[in-house]
Amino acid sequence: MMRQVRRYNVALLVAAALILVGCASQQEPEPAAQPAAPVDVVPVQSQPAQSQAVQAEPESTDFDSRSRPLMPTGRILATKFYFELDQARLSARDLRLLEMHANILTRNRDRRLVIEGHCDERGTREYNLALGERRGNAVRSFLTSAGVRRSQIEMVSYGEERPDDPGHDESAWSKNRRAVVIYR
Amino acid sequence: MKKVIWWAVFASLQGLDALEIVIDRGNDNPIPIAVVPFASSNSTGDISGVISFDLIRSGQFSPIEKENMLSYPSQPEDVYFRDWRILGMEYLLIGRHLSRVDGGITVTYRLFDVSAEREVKSGEITAPRDRMRDIAHRIADDVYEEITGIRGAFSTRILYVLVENIGTSYARYKLEMADSDGERPRTLFETSEPLLSPSWSPDGQRIAYVSFETGRPSIVIQELESNVRQRLPSYPGLNGAPAFSPDGRELAMVLSRDGNPEIYTMEIATPARRPRRVTRHISAIDTEPGWTPDGKSLIFTSDRGGRPQIYRVDLRTSLTERLTFHGDYNARARLLPDGRHLVYVHRREGIYHIAWQDLETDEEPRVLTKTSLDESPSLAPNGTMLIYATQDQGRGILAVVSIDGQVKYKLPSSAGDVREPSWSPYLDTLSATRGL
Repeated sequence: MMRQVRRYNVALLVAAALILVGCASQQEPEPAAQPAAPVDVVPVQSQPAQSQAVQAEPESTDFDSRSRPLMPTGRILATKFYFELDQARLSARDLRLLEMHANILTRNRDRRLVIEGHCDERGTREYNLALGERRGNAVRSFLTSAGVRRSQIEMVSYGEERPDDPGHDESAWSKNRRAVVIYR
Repeated sequence: MKKVIWWAVFASLQGLDALEIVIDRGNDNPIPIAVVPFASSNSTGDISGVISFDLIRSGQFSPIEKENMLSYPSQPEDVYFRDWRILGMEYLLIGRHLSRVDGGITVTYRLFDVSAEREVKSGEITAPRDRMRDIAHRIADDVYEEITGIRGAFSTRILYVLVENIGTSYARYKLEMADSDGERPRTLFETSEPLLSPSWSPDGQRIAYVSFETGRPSIVIQELESNVRQRLPSYPGLNGAPAFSPDGRELAMVLSRDGNPEIYTMEIATPARRPRRVTRHISAIDTEPGWTPDGKSLIFTSDRGGRPQIYRVDLRTSLTERLTFHGDYNARARLLPDGRHLVYVHRREGIYHIAWQDLETDEEPRVLTKTSLDESPSLAPNGTMLIYATQDQGRGILAVVSIDGQVKYKLPSSAGDVREPSWSPYLDTLSATRGL
């Protein structure tokens, strides 16, 4: 029963997201058949969300064959969340995606998640370790408030030590200010 | 009109991994000095070049090229002061190496004041032959102190992190230690995971740093003589920013085991080793502790006011005061040996510089550097210069600037990105110089 309710929440959220995203979503190809879909891009679904909610056993549809987390639509769920300079606030879009991660983790209590917090190279290294932790914490506290057990989550901040993009401009920096969730 | 000195010396004596030094700017009125090539009883190699280069790097001296000298005296009776007055020299340094039957070497030197036509300082140093560079740095220290009145800091070392293959999955992080001129680098520890925040114990015999070698950050203390490493028990979350107290008995650090980063101190001499919490500020970042010279307070970075600023906390009373008020990003502060002046990372118009501030006035901080993305300032033990990390053409390099902002030089490395410099305290690497 709980499970149904959660799924319904997701469906509502996704529906809301659909409305926000607008017509662009109509051109998207059928998502489920795209195992190589880019992980970083927010997947947009074209199917009615309502019907998804009642389909399929969670165990088989939460992850693809390469253990990547899936949206209820079957598309790969984003695992990177980006931040503004000096900030650790998650966007409304990220919260919707994290809600889906929370649902996967509450359905799969044996799965563990590592959250990595990262910063761009600007500023001091130790302060950035702390800022990266704050970003990771933002993700963790959202997930635990959505029902994920704290014992399912590990967190590590790398500060500015592991940039995604080694460049030294705003384009690189915006990719490096991130939290990453990794399923174990 | 500022006088600009261009000088480049390429590291060739110690191999390719050494840091190279490029001097950008010197002092307005450097003191002219002649460092005459030292006479040698056999081919032991001449150390006058090392001495000259130390003096050049200080920005306060301008040694003349040996090609322009009129004579090459090595003993007092060969000195003709007129030769050096003609060249406009204020000081003259001569010396000689003597090989010893035990395989060691003895170097004697004499420093003359040219206008007064008298010897002002002399010394004799004996050491194993492989320590020629140590002898040279010691003589440079003696010369510097005799002329400026400030203890020289050439016989010091620097720690830094060298990253090879940066931006690839084969990245290697190496903790390196080199002479203050970048020569004789050696690797103290190497891992494929990030290393940062190296710092020295006050006696120069141990270092502490942060290593991700286990996949999580932990603080490591390493003995330099034996290379024995000891990983401190690590707590969930951050374990970072280690800083030895001035008496060497305690380590200040950052732990986030209680949910957010807080400053702690820990007795490292006792076996119990329980961290004692210093700051209590839920939801704020408190990090980057540094000790006041008297060991009674810590300075640290905190964003408890919304933006990172520097604060000072009295360890006995917990009384805390904010020290920086200009700008919206001030971090990683270090106090000069006088306890009155502060250097730190200061953001101005989006650019990160190293700034200097007098704590007893309300004046704006003075920006010392013209580079960008500057971080990790670390002071020479005599407080005259600081080394920091910056970027040059997309590459991490080290750079040095004098506290008055006048003297600047860079230390790039051909081996990779270099960062996180830490200048040692005074090191007693040789027995004291004996006067002649």
